[in-house]
Amino acid sequence: MATDTIAAHDDHHHGPEKGLLRWVKTTNHKDIGSLYLWFSFMMLLVGGAFAMVIRAELFMPGIQVVDPHFFNSMTTMHGLIMVFGAIMPAFVGLGNWLIPMMVGAPDMALPRMNNWSFWILPFAGAILLSTFFMEGGAPAFGWTFYAPLSTTFAPDSTDFFIFAVHLLGFSSIMGAINIIATVLNMRAPDMKLMDMPLFVWTWLITSFLLIGAMPVLAGAVTMMLTDRNFGTSFFDAAGGGDPVMFQHIFWFFGHPEVYIMILPAFGVISHIIPTFARKPLFGYSSMVYATAAIAFLSYIVWAHHMFLTGMPVAGQLYFMYATMLIAVPTGVKVFNWVATMWKGSMTFETPMLWALSFVFLFTIGGFSGLMLGIVPADIQYHDTYFVVAHFHYVLVTGALWSIIAAVFYWFPKWTGKMYNESLAKIHFWWSIISVNILFFPQHFLGLAGMPRRIPDYNLQFADFNMISSIGAFMFGASFILFTYIIIDGIRNGKPAKARPWESAKGLEWTLGSPAEYHSFDKAPSRKKIEQESQHTSVA
Amino acid sequence: MMKTLIGAIFAIASTFALSEYTLNMTEGVTSVSQNIYGLHMTIFWIVTAIGIVVFGAMAYSIYHHRQSKGAKAAHFHESTTVELLWTAIPIVILIVMAIPATKVLIDLENTDNAEMTLKITGHQWKWQYDYIENDTFGVPKEGITMMSNLAQSSRDAIKASTQPEHYLLDVDNRVVLPVDTRIRFLMTSNDVIHNWWVPAFGVKQDGNPGYINDAWAKIEQEGTYRGQCAELCGKDHGYMPIVVDVVSKEKYKAWVSEQKAAAAAAAASASKTWSKDELMAKGEQVYNANCAGCHQKDGKGMPPVFPAMVGSSIANGPAADHVNLVLHGKGAMPAFKMLGDADLAAVITYERQGFGNTGTVVQPSDVKSGR
Repeated sequence: MATDTIAAHDDHHHGPEKGLLRWVKTTNHKDIGSLYLWFSFMMLLVGGAFAMVIRAELFMPGIQVVDPHFFNSMTTMHGLIMVFGAIMPAFVGLGNWLIPMMVGAPDMALPRMNNWSFWILPFAGAILLSTFFMEGGAPAFGWTFYAPLSTTFAPDSTDFFIFAVHLLGFSSIMGAINIIATVLNMRAPDMKLMDMPLFVWTWLITSFLLIGAMPVLAGAVTMMLTDRNFGTSFFDAAGGGDPVMFQHIFWFFGHPEVYIMILPAFGVISHIIPTFARKPLFGYSSMVYATAAIAFLSYIVWAHHMFLTGMPVAGQLYFMYATMLIAVPTGVKVFNWVATMWKGSMTFETPMLWALSFVFLFTIGGFSGLMLGIVPADIQYHDTYFVVAHFHYVLVTGALWSIIAAVFYWFPKWTGKMYNESLAKIHFWWSIISVNILFFPQHFLGLAGMPRRIPDYNLQFADFNMISSIGAFMFGASFILFTYIIIDGIRNGKPAKARPWESAKGLEWTLGSPAEYHSFDKAPSRKKIEQESQHTSVA
Repeated sequence: MMKTLIGAIFAIASTFALSEYTLNMTEGVTSVSQNIYGLHMTIFWIVTAIGIVVFGAMAYSIYHHRQSKGAKAAHFHESTTVELLWTAIPIVILIVMAIPATKVLIDLENTDNAEMTLKITGHQWKWQYDYIENDTFGVPKEGITMMSNLAQSSRDAIKASTQPEHYLLDVDNRVVLPVDTRIRFLMTSNDVIHNWWVPAFGVKQDGNPGYINDAWAKIEQEGTYRGQCAELCGKDHGYMPIVVDVVSKEKYKAWVSEQKAAAAAAAASASKTWSKDELMAKGEQVYNANCAGCHQKDGKGMPPVFPAMVGSSIANGPAADHVNLVLHGKGAMPAFKMLGDADLAAVITYERQGFGNTGTVVQPSDVKSGR
């Protein structure tokens, strides 16, 4: 008996379990990281398919493809799936894979909880998607689910949506707790906080945002649930409630949520640019402080999403000034990246191409964000395609761009193989051209007066919508190539070196490629940490 | 196959040729919209300038500081001076932006000294306009009330291959407003949140159920101005346009007296007993404007969300229940009590007698007693 236990323990120690159950039972951060990444990729394809339906309907004036109610379900589910199913789990997947390796830890601090926080997700996703098959159809009130459209006037399936949101929230909160515990408790003893790579820093700060914001979302949907089923009137004016209060609660979650989706992206970019510029990251500590400043500001600007709900002038002025302030730390980050490139010795491998285009396109999204923050101008921009263009520039060519950059950058470390560089470059150019054909004309549509979330439009909007839809189909098709590159790389890629990018810094590159199933059983030495540090003040 | 393809190409080419590529925001016809436009352009040029500097530096670096050109990497990685500089300069730029923004905002939020008031109520999916009592223009104490729906010409073109010029931006009853008059708009809603937006006025404000918001405009040019609902309000959010005719003050006064006369005539017709044919003819109009969006023109509905009229247990059941449902709504079915007794009697009769149904005829007096 005793020998059996030891044997079983040794098996576990030396490698993964065989068969499918490995993935169900795994507590290994690399396995769970892969699960998160594959799950988010599936969801990206589902959410992308919804986007294709939306753009097909908007290809020309008139209703051709879907009825307006289903169209609203499409925009709603596209948003929900992309935010909660694709972008957030993808970053958690990156965090799972990379954070223990970057801080020299053997695994995440809470491995069983890690397993659970992943395995909640497929069920939450399935519940959300099952609403399509329910009487009355899927939720059709937008991903922001404003009351009373989402309470009194919503289909019965909304209660399933509420349950799914609760589950997604549990998963995110557990993931965040795990990352905080890992970074603070499992870090190599000789690694100081200000030695940590920026991806770890940004994720640590993001975790605090998650812990702060997700319970607020849970509160919002719980109030919806009781309003819908138990006769309360939180958001119903007829019973003494206030529909605008829903928006305050939602955006108190929603604005930090925006930064939850972009701070880890800043981290990723801060790794890639120094590697391919062959120069240390400029302003490491100001990057850390800027991230913290953005996180703090993200909690005090929520009502800039609500300038038209009827707010007193003083409130509008405060939220405008606070919003404008975000431009300062965000600007610092962009300037630091440019300064990192400056006088470097740059090469343009695929991850660098994605990172550079991130800086360019995310900044364009930042500019339109600044414009939107100006209250009087927001009156004309609000709820138009200008807003749609803005948040797709920051979320697609921002968050998603960084995830794709990260996938190419760490692909050799994860799989031990190199992807096909020339195909990956073709994919990059295809993506960047099509994504701009898709989203740039939407700025013009919004300025010309086209509201968002409409299934049909006047002829004056026809041209740009058609161009945008063509871009959308091209961009959608780019994911076929992306899938091929990834699968081809895993199956047929050439073996990768332990450090495939010669100037890459970070403890993860001291491991083999692929990284061993169990890494850093012994904590790395101070010397090693200093050698691999992102900022060279210690070197 | 080839023929369809060529046809499609021509159709695409002709849409490109017909419509203009609007690139920028409208300047509009009110001081508010013009101030907004000015602010928009100021910020646009500022961010463009910042973009040129930042992207210029990036492009220079990408071109000159690359390995293939033999660039050797420098090793600097911090500079407090530079960091302070690029924190301080943006703050100054932001202050330069904030000053005009604050001025414009304070002006456009000041709705005092209005010469007339228009109350706008959003319904799923139409607008109700109430002209509040006004001595200058002769609006009576009970005001003027009007419902404004998507025009039938647009409704008919939704599934058609070609659309009229003002497709989805045309209504059955237009708002009429006087030129050069300081107008206060009050926004509210009967069901979900709507948003009344006419870009040319720079007026866009949520209508929240149970609350009232306001905005103002002084329209400087006569003409027709169009807009749309700008807050997702359910299935037909894309189908509740706004059309405003701005006319001279004299014409507006004349319009007000016409409306008074029409209201008196409607009151008279509500007290008489209508023939079935009259009710059916009127009912069809009211049905197509108010009910067909969900229950469909052919009465087949979109089950299970929007029930069919054909064979409906309500339409074939007791009249009092039917009247009650239409007046007060239930669940996703909105209340229609803002329509007149005659219109409601007509539409209910049309629902009970049309679509192969065999319900009883309903008279305006039945609706009145059901209220």
